[in-house]
Amino acid sequence: MDAHTPPAEVIPPRPVLEAPDIARVLTRIAHEIVERAKGAENVVLLGIPTRGVHLARRLAAKLTEITGRDVPVGSLDITMYRDDLRLRPARALSRTEIPKDGIEGSVVILVDDVLFSGRTIRAALDALNDIGRPRAVRLAVLVDRGHRELPIRADYVGKNLPTSLRETVKVQLAEEDGRDSVLLGLGETSPAEG
Amino acid sequence: MKRHLISAADLTRDDAVLILDTAEELARVADRPIKKLPTLRGRTVVNLFFEDSTRTRISFEAAAKRLSADVINFSAKGSSVSKGESLKDTALTLEAMGADAVVIRHHDSGAPHRLATSGWIGGSVVNAGDGTHEHPTQALLDAFTMRRRLVGADTGLGRDLSGRRITIVGDVLHSRVARSNVHLLTTLGAEVTLVAPPTLVPVGVGAWPCEVSYDLDAVLGKSDAVMMLRVQRERMNAAFFPTEREYARRYGLDGDRMATMPEHAIVMHPGPMNRGMEITAEVADSARCTAVEQVANGVSIRMAVLYLLLSGAVPEEPAAGQTRTEESK
Amino acid sequence: MTETTTTTVTLLRGAKILGGEPADVLIEGETVTAVGTGLEAPQGATVIEAEGRVLLPGLVDLHTHLREPGREDSETVLTGTRAAAMGGYTAVHAMANTFPVADTAGVVEQVWRLGKESGYCDVQPVGAVTVGLEGRKLAELGAMHDSAAGVRVFSDDGKCVDDAVIMRRALEYVKAFDGVIAQHAQEPRLTEGAQMNEGLVSAELGLAGWPAVAEESIIARDVLLAAHVGSRVHICHLSTAGSVEIVRWAKSKGWNVTAEVTPHHLLLTDELVRSYDPVYKVNPPLRTEADVLALREALADGTIDCVATDHAPHPHEDKDCEWGAAAMGMVGLETALSVVQHTMVDTGLLDWAQIADRMSFRPAAIGRLAGHGRPIAAGEPANLTLLDPAYRGEVNPAEFVSRSRNTPYRGLELPGRVTHTFLRGRATVVDGKLT
Repeated sequence: MDAHTPPAEVIPPRPVLEAPDIARVLTRIAHEIVERAKGAENVVLLGIPTRGVHLARRLAAKLTEITGRDVPVGSLDITMYRDDLRLRPARALSRTEIPKDGIEGSVVILVDDVLFSGRTIRAALDALNDIGRPRAVRLAVLVDRGHRELPIRADYVGKNLPTSLRETVKVQLAEEDGRDSVLLGLGETSPAEG
Repeated sequence: MKRHLISAADLTRDDAVLILDTAEELARVADRPIKKLPTLRGRTVVNLFFEDSTRTRISFEAAAKRLSADVINFSAKGSSVSKGESLKDTALTLEAMGADAVVIRHHDSGAPHRLATSGWIGGSVVNAGDGTHEHPTQALLDAFTMRRRLVGADTGLGRDLSGRRITIVGDVLHSRVARSNVHLLTTLGAEVTLVAPPTLVPVGVGAWPCEVSYDLDAVLGKSDAVMMLRVQRERMNAAFFPTEREYARRYGLDGDRMATMPEHAIVMHPGPMNRGMEITAEVADSARCTAVEQVANGVSIRMAVLYLLLSGAVPEEPAAGQTRTEESK
Repeated sequence: MTETTTTTVTLLRGAKILGGEPADVLIEGETVTAVGTGLEAPQGATVIEAEGRVLLPGLVDLHTHLREPGREDSETVLTGTRAAAMGGYTAVHAMANTFPVADTAGVVEQVWRLGKESGYCDVQPVGAVTVGLEGRKLAELGAMHDSAAGVRVFSDDGKCVDDAVIMRRALEYVKAFDGVIAQHAQEPRLTEGAQMNEGLVSAELGLAGWPAVAEESIIARDVLLAAHVGSRVHICHLSTAGSVEIVRWAKSKGWNVTAEVTPHHLLLTDELVRSYDPVYKVNPPLRTEADVLALREALADGTIDCVATDHAPHPHEDKDCEWGAAAMGMVGLETALSVVQHTMVDTGLLDWAQIADRMSFRPAAIGRLAGHGRPIAAGEPANLTLLDPAYRGEVNPAEFVSRSRNTPYRGLELPGRVTHTFLRGRATVVDGKLT
């Protein structure tokens, strides 16, 4: 989720999605959600900080456009549930914000920017478990770059991006980075990061 | 952050803000049906208390348990072994049991420092109050309470206490709470004033980064927070002040005095309170008094400290070199 | 140690006597028999090539804790006198705070006899001023003086004779046999529970303070008392700039006041306590930089008469603990001369002749100790210390011969090393090793 700092000698990353592409795939995902969740009733969007939260808000806005109803949106920090805490210095926590009506009996759609090893989503499922019991949990990601280490798959994918482990995928969003784009670069990445 | 928390002076501004921010997020866990996080599963936290302090011990215990750590309470009070042997031998025992963190309360100033630097144990050491030295988690929870009240819970995130004026009143000489607060609040940008009778201010206070006043009324009007320290009645017998009545009259906080404080200003007390001595019941029970809130905040702060000390990778420790006097020429 | 019946003969060749021009010194039996240049080595003489070395009279310590009887786990007369010999000492004054306290003729004679048997260094017992060091009732000072030990120095060291009347009487009483009261100046009420020097560092560390005034007020009282009754008083381990001022004033009045300073108070400050390492816990406590400088100056100008080690051995467990539970004191015999060279000679404050004065002549004179603190000349007893001032080395407590290792100088590089010590002509230390 965090920005990867590429080594200095690396070739400049090239964009694989630009702002209009990102807007288009989010619209598509919103429509798919409405379609599969039968009008998106009972849907709660929970973004995984940091960029997943922005994506969740954008999706919620699009769902409201489509359905004319407010869709609850929140955030789910998974730091305390990570399985790699002891591999790095202690991390700052992000905000967990559960919509006021909770998630009991709802369809929670977890939203993240990049799906990689699947460990983040595993942690998110654990975190969710301590908060309530949704009827179902779905996963929406902007980019799926493969290299899964756990039996996890996304229900909604903006773009499937086959990568090698030597490549890095960096998502930039206007709210955080001043521009929208998905960049593919070179440099060592650990699948544990996503 | 360092591997241990011995003194509030060990914390940089960024360390301290990180702890406060982390505590702010963790405070929200208290509102959930399941108030537990799996983060320290399988880690062992020992509460090593050489001094009675039920409040502090249960606060650390609750914090460790909410993070899923195994908690062992070790009360060393009443041990017949000589004090020195018992700290070292106890430490070796805890090490053998695989303690990942030792939370220590001790009647001797410096005992946690000694535990952390003696090589007796390998885990993290958290100072839960040592003699008349420091009580860093108390200062952190005080700062947390001030930031919430004076800056705001959400608006306070990432921010310090720059420009806030904090007055600490009472037995500064014997107070580990005061020492830790002077360090921490100064690090966080606050302006600290100590108020006490001159007998209860340490010789050497001139080097502290704060003001000292003997006149409570003169500083109340320009205080954003007033922290009342517990004054032990035994001090009277050692001639630190003539009578309780005189102490209360000159340095106690009552309703009239509280009325001279700015409207937004809060009254703090680390507890347990001596009602009628340093604080009247009217003040203690008023909405401006944060004593109860401080207790609740204590659990969040201690969760944050344990999380930040224990969850990450073990940082490299610089070899402990012996310090010597500067050659004097 | 075996008694030898044949006369040992030693020739020191080219030693700088009191740091002066190189000369040869011939020792025959217990006596220096010739001093000069180009001396011939007699048949069978041991010749020690001493070029570059400094020859001093055997050092005399006015303040040593040998711990025997009672605390033989930390030191004995034998181990303590071995440590003394290694440090270049030929006589030490054994403090009275043993178990039982050296407050009777019996105990001081026992310590004196143990010293004789050790053969490494003369041991002059110090008698307690009051029974049990309790400050209430005078001990039998006269009996201790009349005993085989011939006690002349009396001290309750470790505790202050704080009762003004008792102090006055003691000062008066010992005039009968030219005794001296060595006062441990510490006002007890001002130092209840004291852990370290009271000042900036104690305020920060939250350790109970030992204020300078607690020492100075007693010294002020005692110099006035000594003047009033016309007796002599000696101030143990003077540690503050204010104490220096009082002693300087008393001496300017012509009063019979002498004072000692420890090596550690000439070098270390209370900043070290920030480590909470009890190896720095000592009484009186380490003071400030300003005090250290004042003490050096006072030793240089003679306001402070002598250096005394306050060698205070403690077993490991009494220091391997938290500060508050730790014992007070440091070992010092084996490092004293190096610390003094470092702080006083290498800084240009004193030359070697003055070191001989501060570490041998003066303490022997204060203790009225016969046969020690004598000039290096033909006919004088051969109590001598030969040192290599060019040597530099790290202090390694594992090499100490003292039974205890509680030194604050571990790992510190210090100059100077005693290569030979002679006690009445017999070498107790040769090439830096005990014989």
